Amino acid sequence: MKRKTSAMTTATDLPSPLRFDLALFPALLALGFIAALIEVARSPDPAMVVQAWTFMACMGGIGIFYLATYAGGLPREERTGYATNVIKAGVVASMFWGIAGMLVGVIIALQLSFPNLFYFPDLPWTNFGRLRPLHTSAVIFAFGGNVLIATSFYVVQRTCKARLFGGSLPWFVFWGYNTFIVLAGTGYLLGVTQAREYAEPEWYADLWLTIVWVGYLATFLGTIVKRKEPHIYVANWFFLAFIATIAVLHIVNNLALPVSLLETKSVSLFSGVQDALIQWWYGHNAVGFFLTAGFLGIMYYFVPKRADRPVYSYRLSIVHFWTLIFIYIWAGPHHLLYTALPDWAQTLGMTFSVILWMPSWGGMINGLMTLSGAWDKLRTDPVLRMLVVSVAFYGMSTFEGPVMSVRTVNALSHYTNWTIGHVHSGALGWVGYVSFGALYCLVPWLWNKKKLYSNALVEWHFWVSTLGIVLYITSMWVAGIMQGLMWRAYNDYGFLEYSFVETVQAMHPYYVIRTIGGLLYLGGVLIMAYNLWRTVRSSETAATEPAVAPLAALEAAQ
Amino acid sequence: MEGLTYDTVLAFCQSWSVVYFSLMFAVAFAYAFWPSNKKRFSEAAYMPLRDSDGDE
Repeated sequence: MKRKTSAMTTATDLPSPLRFDLALFPALLALGFIAALIEVARSPDPAMVVQAWTFMACMGGIGIFYLATYAGGLPREERTGYATNVIKAGVVASMFWGIAGMLVGVIIALQLSFPNLFYFPDLPWTNFGRLRPLHTSAVIFAFGGNVLIATSFYVVQRTCKARLFGGSLPWFVFWGYNTFIVLAGTGYLLGVTQAREYAEPEWYADLWLTIVWVGYLATFLGTIVKRKEPHIYVANWFFLAFIATIAVLHIVNNLALPVSLLETKSVSLFSGVQDALIQWWYGHNAVGFFLTAGFLGIMYYFVPKRADRPVYSYRLSIVHFWTLIFIYIWAGPHHLLYTALPDWAQTLGMTFSVILWMPSWGGMINGLMTLSGAWDKLRTDPVLRMLVVSVAFYGMSTFEGPVMSVRTVNALSHYTNWTIGHVHSGALGWVGYVSFGALYCLVPWLWNKKKLYSNALVEWHFWVSTLGIVLYITSMWVAGIMQGLMWRAYNDYGFLEYSFVETVQAMHPYYVIRTIGGLLYLGGVLIMAYNLWRTVRSSETAATEPAVAPLAALEAAQ
Repeated sequence: MEGLTYDTVLAFCQSWSVVYFSLMFAVAFAYAFWPSNKKRFSEAAYMPLRDSDGDE
């Protein structure tokens, strides 16, 4: 009903299809296509040629998408209410990359467990060294990034009561970002890397991401600027901090000079310990702003929404936000304890990491206590349980992190599997679960369905993957501490007790347990994908038309 | 350039950053707990529930 009235009010002032963005983005795509064409024709670097072909295919694909969507005038979706299609696309991409990235994770876990079984000297792209960045980038940037794009686009519209800014700009951001993902992932398989952890893509991919990210920032800021709510909700502050800080981190960390404009290789502008510090200033804030601030934005919207309770303390959320962002940015040097980095800088990194525990737990308490008055829902709603367990894992890994950043602990834990365990309790427990919770909420809302296809399958997902996480992190704790202790063990004569290969052999059973944990986690995500797919296919539509109603009503009132 | 050595920059950063961070925290804290902001923030806590959109 409401949709009809809204269509009528907007039909009179139908925006011209000759919009600025519909000239700008196709032009950008054409420029990208031509640049790639030059690389294909001129580059002496075979990896660059493959990358350029890939990029051309992506540019062509997005071009066709633009033609199909806008050639016949503005699509109806752009004239009514909130933008939803781009968020749907983000949800689908999240699930696709999630499964792909976790599958690669299981493969490399198997490679570590059974090195002979998965060793193909003639197939360099199957090597652990190339698959490992494929796994990390696929789960962090492809899965996590698409979840963040989808949820931030959803949340900012609802809490600002405004449609996404920029016409087709959100679509450009979505497709452009996924082009970067494809370029990065296929690059790793070809052996293209600038060897900076979590920033492996080479200069041309970085340039492209910079363009896309400016578009993301513009979409988000533009929507906030045209908001119809006087107050900017705290989730938007977190999303904004994530987008703005990642822009700065990405640009500074990737300051590099290409060897030639026709080759993939580039050289960093920094060297030595400065280079290391820049890298870990970036690396730790990729954790702090991509994997924490962004996903806290998800927490502050989806936990209250799902529990149907207000934020426990909005004032605490403000203190949480400002302290978190101002402290996180200094914690990076804890990755460089006992290195050539000046002692005071190491101490600074360690101190800020320990202080960081406070805002983190403030946020955790705020998330958990939002359930006050609704704790009973944990028993009946597995989606809410997933969200709450994610916050619990957030609390656990933000306690473990400061502990590991203390010099004496780090002397034991650094370079061991304890670090891998820590990262995965954050990634699988916090980032994974809060994403799953948000996606389980979003799919029925976006596709206008009454409910999820099966709550029982969510229960299965929850328990299977929880068991997977427990196996993963406990095996890595044991393996890591054992590894650290074996490395530092001396015999009576002052010689090392164990050779390196003995520590590797000792870890074999824990590697196998970790692989099983990863398999269970992947299994859970497959259950989820099936459940979401059946939800989308189901014929039970919700009674109201949630996606368009509120904004349409608001526009009609004006 | 006489005064601007590594050590002087270091000494400045190491001492004044304490003031900077304390002020930063004081401002954020005061903003969050300022009595006249109370009503606005209590209302803002309900914002996710007020968008009348979702699974109900």
